[in-house]
Order: sequence, then structure tokens, then C-alpha cells
Amino acid sequence: MKRRDFLKAAAVTGLATTFKLTEGMDLMAQRAVKPSLKSGKTDLVAVMGGEPAQMFQKAMAELGGMGKYVKKGQKVCVKPNIGWDKTPELASNTNPELVAEIVRQCLKAGAAEVVVFDNSCDDWRKAYKNSGIEAAATAAGAKMMPAKEATYYREIALPKGVVLKSAKVHQAILDSDVWINVPVLKNHEGALMTISMKNHMGIVWDRGFFHRNDLQQCIADICTLNKPAILNVVDAYRVMKTNGPRGRSTSDVANPKALFVSSDIVAVDTAATKFFGQLENMPLESVKHIALAQAHHLGTMDLSKLNVKKIQL
Amino acid sequence: MILKRLRLFLGILTLLILTFLFLDFAGLLPAEHIPLADIQLVPALLSLSLGTVAALFLLTLLFGRIYCSVLCPMGLFQDLTARFAKLFKKRLKYTYSPEKRWLRYGSLAAVVGSYVAGWSVLLSLLEPYSAFGRMVTHLLRPLYMAGNNLIAAVFNHFGNYTFYHTEVFMLAGSSLVVSLLTFLLIGYFAARYGRTFCNTLCPVGTVLGMVSRFSMFKFRVNEETCNQCGVCARNCKASCIDSKHETVDDSRCVACFNCTTVCTKKAIRYEFSWKNSKSMPIEEESVSERRRFLTTVGVTLLAAGTQVWASGMHLATNKPWKRKSPLSPPGAHSTEHLNAHCTACHLCVAQCPSKILKPSFLEYGIEGMMQPVMDFSHGFCNYDCTLCTEVCPTEALTKLTVDQKHATQVGIVHFVRTNCVVYTDETFCGACSEHCPTQAVHMVPYKNGLTIPELTTAICVGCGGCEYVCPAKPSKAIYVEGNPIHRIATLFTDTHNKEVKVDSFGF
Repeated sequence: MKRRDFLKAAAVTGLATTFKLTEGMDLMAQRAVKPSLKSGKTDLVAVMGGEPAQMFQKAMAELGGMGKYVKKGQKVCVKPNIGWDKTPELASNTNPELVAEIVRQCLKAGAAEVVVFDNSCDDWRKAYKNSGIEAAATAAGAKMMPAKEATYYREIALPKGVVLKSAKVHQAILDSDVWINVPVLKNHEGALMTISMKNHMGIVWDRGFFHRNDLQQCIADICTLNKPAILNVVDAYRVMKTNGPRGRSTSDVANPKALFVSSDIVAVDTAATKFFGQLENMPLESVKHIALAQAHHLGTMDLSKLNVKKIQL
Repeated sequence: MILKRLRLFLGILTLLILTFLFLDFAGLLPAEHIPLADIQLVPALLSLSLGTVAALFLLTLLFGRIYCSVLCPMGLFQDLTARFAKLFKKRLKYTYSPEKRWLRYGSLAAVVGSYVAGWSVLLSLLEPYSAFGRMVTHLLRPLYMAGNNLIAAVFNHFGNYTFYHTEVFMLAGSSLVVSLLTFLLIGYFAARYGRTFCNTLCPVGTVLGMVSRFSMFKFRVNEETCNQCGVCARNCKASCIDSKHETVDDSRCVACFNCTTVCTKKAIRYEFSWKNSKSMPIEEESVSERRRFLTTVGVTLLAAGTQVWASGMHLATNKPWKRKSPLSPPGAHSTEHLNAHCTACHLCVAQCPSKILKPSFLEYGIEGMMQPVMDFSHGFCNYDCTLCTEVCPTEALTKLTVDQKHATQVGIVHFVRTNCVVYTDETFCGACSEHCPTQAVHMVPYKNGLTIPELTTAICVGCGGCEYVCPAKPSKAIYVEGNPIHRIATLFTDTHNKEVKVDSFGF
């Protein structure tokens, strides 16, 4: 009897070890394109004055096309902000037209499949529907994936995390070859801003841990995930200036029609925060998670070091 | 034969749809547009839908207790159970038994009396539609959800997300126990004796029986063609055909058409009766019936005892703050209105997309046991959702428009500063304000660039977003205190939108 128990335990342990190893190796194999410092190619594109899809097309043309980021046959995950049961005019969620355009470009670049999800705050079925993202993304050829149950998440280690040492991350991210982060630019009464980094809170299961254990540090820590987004596409077509991230009415919303795209998450959040600063007072240093992410060497807040391309339409 | 087929068809349809309404966590059926729950007698009475009540009485006055065989889900559940029992015991036959008059009227009197005295719990326990709803919600629904998760696991494995996982959890132990006892007790009697519940404890059966005594169409035995073979009585699940005396107790007959189908002589017929009436002799109750009654009472007491015991357990958990008043759902107006109208069918509980309605324990006192109470441990009330008010068949929750709901304050937010992580850890949070639809909870500057919650209680609707999401442990730093009488929530005033023209990137 004892021997059997031992063998059982050994088998289980062995299995678990194998599993963890595979997961780790998977992640190691998938590294994002790191922006090079002043190498001649564009590191960050800022577009203004167009429609969401149009601005994204311009930005990608500038970055060399989606084919540079998404290879033929790859599984792609697109992660917008679908946090709230709100319609697009209220700017609580990422613009559905933008999401649809990204999906289209991924498929055009030869993606085998595109999966879209978010761990919504409101009832996810309502959020998926009323954000307009479910309809737009599905029409563009993507698959919407549920995220409101722990079974969809797997625990991964974050060895570089200061506070957050591990997190349960959605399988759509873990199982993808590349993923694209598509936040909407909003003020956030707790984290001050919610942009690309804060959007990572929608890929994890236990957000409560973040809030309980130094939110700003945890936001920076989750971005040390060994599989950074290949692109961060910040939707600033409509911007929530006040009462974010949920917002109450259209009076919280401005419509500056802008878009920021970069593989450097720190740079893109820096740029977006500076842009937001023109709408509402928001000193960059007050948004602590950006500097904390820079300390993690996830990118630079010094935009002068980068090749920034600004396009006015 | 045609009538029996029609009954079967309609009955099965009712049972399927109603059952599914209680299972449907995914909102596949538009529950607010399916009035099957609204045409149940007790809900119609409580919601003062006098038209429906009149129609049901008229139906019974014309055709007998068709209601019990076609519309009542509990009746249909018993038929299904009996059918199932037959699979195992082929020779299951019913026998005539005299009416347990004192039990029927005693039960009805107790239900009405206690209700008038302000105790709706006995009505909730015995009202057949609600008892059925609870059985499905607490016994079948978890299995349905688990089955869904199993299918979802398979489908999701192959990259198909038509099915999705859903969290299965126990809503309330007390209601589970009550539902289980209801199921076992009514199921047992149904399997052995047929429609015993309908003709003893069921208040609806008794009331309709008073009417069906005088119905226009009745089952009649033709004394000339009848050879007293007794096949009708052996197939009468209401045990109301006395084949020896060739009489039918019209007050207990549920109009199932079994007898007319099995009679080879066509001696028992469903026919116009207002020409010559004939009523049953009333007989004395027997010892076995008394025993049955005592069993029932015993089980009921056991159920009540369990609840009291469980309540003790409940109080044992130690929390720094305790809700003084329970949160009644939107549309309830007040605890009093809810307690007076709700029969605890749990349709709102089953339908709530945010999974925040749960059956009460003793939050409303024993008199309001099992009635829905808002609970924020698995979610919070969606600001724009009015589904519970739309599906409620008894008007315990009256229908609210989205605007009316926005102006309804079911409870008021309370902030326990010393529990807040901004105060205890001096780190950023703001989860409560993030979830607040009106910004009744908003963040104000604290120290070191931090922000801390501040309340504007007048615009709070009591949705519980803040309480649900608050990360503080073990006790939350923010919670909603119930309003025993719902108040009007002042609408928030829009933030002044200063037009800023942005024509550069700012960097």
C-alpha cells in the first residue's frame, strides 16, 4: 500500500514538473520584437485626426506592416479593454472598429486564428455585447473567448516581479504565438491612468491581489511576463478624462481622435499620458507604474531616445 | 384520447419551458417575455392580476382542475415521477381513498391564516409553483451548470467557445435542505400514491377543488355500461374514483383523462354536467392519513430546525461590521412589500445574470425565509439590468424601467476607513470607485500622491460594486447597508465638460 502511494505521488510530482517546464519553455520561445534605440526604424507611431481603422492602417504602414509582427500560421491573441457594460460612445472600452481592423490585418498577414478576450469587470456577456467588440471582432473573423472562470487561467511564475511573483494568466495569452495589447486611454481614479500596462489586469484572474498588495508595483510586475505583447495599440479616438475607468456619461469623454502604437510599453504609456495631460492635469511622475516598469527595463520613458513618428491626418 | 394527448402535449411543454427558465443561467430564453410563471395561481393572486385569477377560476369552473394537469409544474413533476416509478414497478396501481377533508382545509386555513398574520413562509413552502422552482434551482440547476462545464471543457479544448464555463456554488444551505425535503417527500408520495400532495397539502389544489366541485364538465360513470371492473380507479392518480359506488370526487379530480382512456366500456366519460349533479359522500379520515400528516409536520419541523441551527452557525462568523438590514432586490420597494408578496419561487435567483440574488436565511426573519436577498460575494448588481423585476410573477419585485432603477436606492454605501488598503498599506487602490456607476464612491487626494475613497451617499444606488471588489481582508473596507424601505437615489450631476482643443501630441 505504501509503495503504491509513493509511486502515485512520484507520478503526480513528475507530471507537474513536466507541465511547468513545458510552460516555461513555451514562454521562453516567444519573445517580442524589442524596439531598438535610435536604429533608424520607427519605435513609436502617434497618429491623430482620423477614424480608428484608418489611423491604425497609417501606423502599421509606418511600422512596416503587420507582416513584420504576425507570421503565417501563427495563433494571435488580441486583448482589448472590454471591462464594462457600456456602449462605444462612453469610451469605457476599446473602440470596436479598431479591434476589428487589427483582427483583419492579423488574418491578412496569415494568422491561423485570432482570439479576443478580456476579464471584464461588469457581467462579461453584457460587456462583450454592448461594447460592440464581440460583433465587430467576430465579423472580422476573430473568435471571442470567455474569461470569467478560473479554469481559463494557468499559473505562471514572474521571477522578475517585486511583489507579484506569480499570476494566473489567461490561456489565450499563454497559448498564442503572439499577442497584441489594445487598451483604451482613460483616467483611473485608483491607478491614475489606465493604458497598456494597466490593461494587463484583464489577462489575470486575481485582480484583488493587485489592489491588496501595492497596485502600482503589481501593474509593473505583471508586465515582466516573459511574453510581452508584440504591439501595444493605445486607442485614444475617444478618451475618458474623468470618473474613469468606468465613467458615467458622455460628459466624461473627449474625442481627440488619436492612436499610439509601439512595442515599447513604457514609451507608449508615457506618450499617451503626455497626450492625456493636455486634456486633464496628469503629471507623468504621478502615474507610478510607468516609472516602475522602466526600472524593470521594460522600456524607456525618454521619448527623445526613440524614433517617434507623428502623423497628423 | 385526443384530450389526453392534448393534455400531455401542453403539460410537457409547460414543464420543459418552466424547468428551463430556472436552469437557464446563460439567458438563452427571453424569460421576461415568457408569462408561464405569471399565470400560476398564487403569483397571479399576489400580483393582483385579477384578470388572470378570474380566467383560472373560470377555466376550472368550466372544465375542472385542468390547471393541475397542464399548468402546474409541481403537478407535472409528480406525473413524471410516477411515470419514472412505473419503469421499476410495472404493476403500480392506484386505489381509491376517501378525501382527507380536514387535512386539505386545515392546510389551506393554516396557509391563509399565517399569511394574513404576516407569515408568508408557510405559503412559500406549500405553494406548488414556488416549491417546484426551488427544486429546480437548488437541485437540478447545479447539475445543469456542471454538465455545461463538462461540455464547455470538451468544446473549449477544440477551440470552440460556444459553451463557456460558469461558476457553480451553493446559493443557500437552508433553501437547499427545504428543496431536497420537498423533492423527497412529494416525489415519494407521487411515486407511490400519485397526486397525494395536490389533494392534501396543496393550497392551490384545495382552492381549485372547491370550484371544480361545480364545474360544467365532469367525469361521470354511466351506471348502465359500467361493469365495476375498477380499471379506472386503478389508473386514477388522484385516487378519487370510487368504482364500487361508481362515483368520482370532482373536487379532487385533476382532469388527467387517464380514466376515460383506459375504460374499455367507455362507461366513464367527460361530459356536460350542469343538468344533473351528484356529489360524493364524505367519509371519515383514517389512521394512516393521520400518520401521513404527522410525518409531514415532522419533516417541516425538521426543516425549520435545520434553519435555526444553520442560523446559529451563521452568527458564529466574526465580522467587524455587520449589515443591520438585508438588501431587498430592486423593485421590492421595501422589505415589508417583499415579505408580503414573495413566495420564494427563486426565478429571480435563477435568472440574475450577475449571480447576486440568493435565498435569504433569517435575514428577513422566519416569516420571510427563502425570499431573495442581495449578496455581493459573487458579483454586484448591474447598473442597467432590470431582469429580476421583469421575471417576478408575484409583483414582489415590480417592474422597473432602467431610469426607475437608476433612481432606486436599495441600500447605502458605508466606508470603514481603517480597513482600507490605502489607509493600512499606503498603496494605491481605488477598486471601489472604479466599479461605482455613479461615483457615489470617488477618490480624493490622500497623502504621497495617493487617493482615498470619499462618499456621496445621496447618489448611491446600493449596487454593491464597491463591496464586491474591495480587496481588503478578512473584512471589506466598504459595504452597502440595506434600506428597509427603498429610497430615491438622486441622479448624479455630470462632470463639467470643459472643451479642450487638442491639436498636438503633447510630446
